[in-house]
Amino acid sequence: MSFQRTQEKLKILADAAKYDVSCSSSGSRRANTNKGLGDATGMGICHSYTEDGRCVSLLKILLTNHCIFDCAYCVTRKSNDVKRAAFKVQEVVDLTINFYRRNYIEGLFLSSGIFKSADYTMERLVAVAKKLRQEENFNGYIHLKSIPGASDELMREAGLYADRLSVNIEIPTEAGLKKLAPDKKREDFIKPMVKVKNEIIQYNAEKKIIKSTPKFAPAGQSTQMIIGASGENDFQIMQTSNHFYKNYNLKRVYYSGYVPISYDSRLPQIGSEVPMLRENRLYQTDWLMRFYGFDVSEILNEKHQNLDLDVDPKLSWALRNLHEFPVDVNTADQRMLARIPGLGMKSVFKIINARRFRRLNWGHLKKIGVALNRAQYFMVCESNQFEKRDLTPEKIKGFILQNSTSKYQKTLSNQLNLFG
Amino acid sequence: MTAKNLIYDGTFDGFLSAVFYVFEQKLKTVTIQSEFTVQQGLFSENETIHTDEAKANRVWKGIKSKLSSQGSYQLYYAFLSEQSGVEDLLLDYIQYAFSQHKKVDKDYSHPSILKIAQIAKSVGREKHRMEAFVRFRLTKDAIYFSNIEPDFNVLPLIEKHFKRRYADQKWVIYDIKRNYGMFYDLQNVEVMQMDFPENFDFTKTNDAFFATQEFEFQKLWQDYFKATNIESRKNMKLHIRHIPKRYWKYLSEKQPN
Repeated sequence: MSFQRTQEKLKILADAAKYDVSCSSSGSRRANTNKGLGDATGMGICHSYTEDGRCVSLLKILLTNHCIFDCAYCVTRKSNDVKRAAFKVQEVVDLTINFYRRNYIEGLFLSSGIFKSADYTMERLVAVAKKLRQEENFNGYIHLKSIPGASDELMREAGLYADRLSVNIEIPTEAGLKKLAPDKKREDFIKPMVKVKNEIIQYNAEKKIIKSTPKFAPAGQSTQMIIGASGENDFQIMQTSNHFYKNYNLKRVYYSGYVPISYDSRLPQIGSEVPMLRENRLYQTDWLMRFYGFDVSEILNEKHQNLDLDVDPKLSWALRNLHEFPVDVNTADQRMLARIPGLGMKSVFKIINARRFRRLNWGHLKKIGVALNRAQYFMVCESNQFEKRDLTPEKIKGFILQNSTSKYQKTLSNQLNLFG
Repeated sequence: MTAKNLIYDGTFDGFLSAVFYVFEQKLKTVTIQSEFTVQQGLFSENETIHTDEAKANRVWKGIKSKLSSQGSYQLYYAFLSEQSGVEDLLLDYIQYAFSQHKKVDKDYSHPSILKIAQIAKSVGREKHRMEAFVRFRLTKDAIYFSNIEPDFNVLPLIEKHFKRRYADQKWVIYDIKRNYGMFYDLQNVEVMQMDFPENFDFTKTNDAFFATQEFEFQKLWQDYFKATNIESRKNMKLHIRHIPKRYWKYLSEKQPN
């Protein structure tokens, strides 16, 4: 491996891959049983964090940034004047193994620009994974990108070596996709996704009968949407997200605030702010859907098409549904406890366990770690002190905002000034 | 009865032997201290506890039968925190557990139980951080070497993780704060102590000890770390919350070039 050439390629191809936000390395089941290298069981590990606060868990690179497509939102689009480079299969293998041996990473996340054709590109990605597994005895985590339009045979092979597969739908609506990526069709994204989904279902069924069935993408598949590039509202975004969770059994949908990289008039201009707060609110909604028992239509619907920026989506839901409160923490079921603003699932389980021993009061709840600033208006406990005034939603919101500081204060006050 | 101050040898078995003694002698006012951190109480009488493995095992077996598996590992984690006074908290927890019929480890409104759960959580967090922040460097004699300086004594907790993961390479993880390490020789992990040359700088990679290719991979890793950052999303507050500054000195990507 020539150090200087690899060094230059790594700089270019890591830089081009960084807009893919997925970095998860958890949820696989690949134990080190052969005295080989690596072990991908149980929880993921973030080995480092970049200065933007994102986790570095995988070596996230493109195989090449040569691309035949010209998608407006993408930094490696054909018409963009950037330096191009391409790794050889062996170079990626060497980098992965040597980084892994030094405990820098959990594994490899390999994506690629599309050169020649979808299948030609996918074949190269599969070749890297195959070599790592078969020649290097590598049991670490491998995340491969499914190239839109790749054939079923290649997707099947990819699933045999990779832990996770993902294909980014990028733009939440079909109309937006047509506008920004005229070369691409929604069907091309869906095709590999369907194949992987069916293979996983088949694997799970076969494993019950034959224990030695070779693993197929044990960490499932995921996708990503760009936020704020094509004018969708939060309702449309979360509906698409919900559709993909329900119909394609996705493990995760990622939301990526658009980072302006182009002077294209169809897109937000360079220098405009990355919508990080909005991205955060979308993730909170995603969590409410997946872990807190909310249906997406409770949070976003025809009447309420955008998430509030100044309060989190659960608090916003609670303020619109005051008739459901107050909740008695000593008797309520898990579903209702999870709906109290300021209570995370960890606190919910702690409360359910702790109240078996004695009735809980404000002191107990505070020590357990409940965010009482928000929660106090929505619950009662073993105490005669609770919110007795008949407060309006606006009043409650006002009290809560008065007593809290948001890390997004700057963004928020700019927006509030418009109405002030 | 005068207050007793039991002094044990700093090991977990030693601590459990002291607990055994408390129950055997039905002691009421008692504190337990490691011999490395003894503070003389004004009105208490010191008593040195002899570590007895059989007695320790009896206590541990009893604890396990009285708690869920999560509860007993929380006790062990909290013990490894080495925080001053943690022994007395643990004793209070254990006495409470033995006095009740129900398993008490989920009784989060009991002060000692909540406190132990919180300490165990921070030890667990540090364990996880060490699994992430260990940086191996390849030495000239083909051993992957790493030095750590954790707040808590988490080396015994991370041994299994590294043994499973790096089954095909020799490695050493050395706790320079507590001056002991673990060495894996491709078969077993052994506890060992090393003598380092005087003025040995653990933050530097010295070419007298480390392999030539080590420098290249460190450079590649630093380049990768820089290239993968998105400048327009810079958020140093979040960055520091994830990697507190005290860990920076042994992370190759955080070294100035």
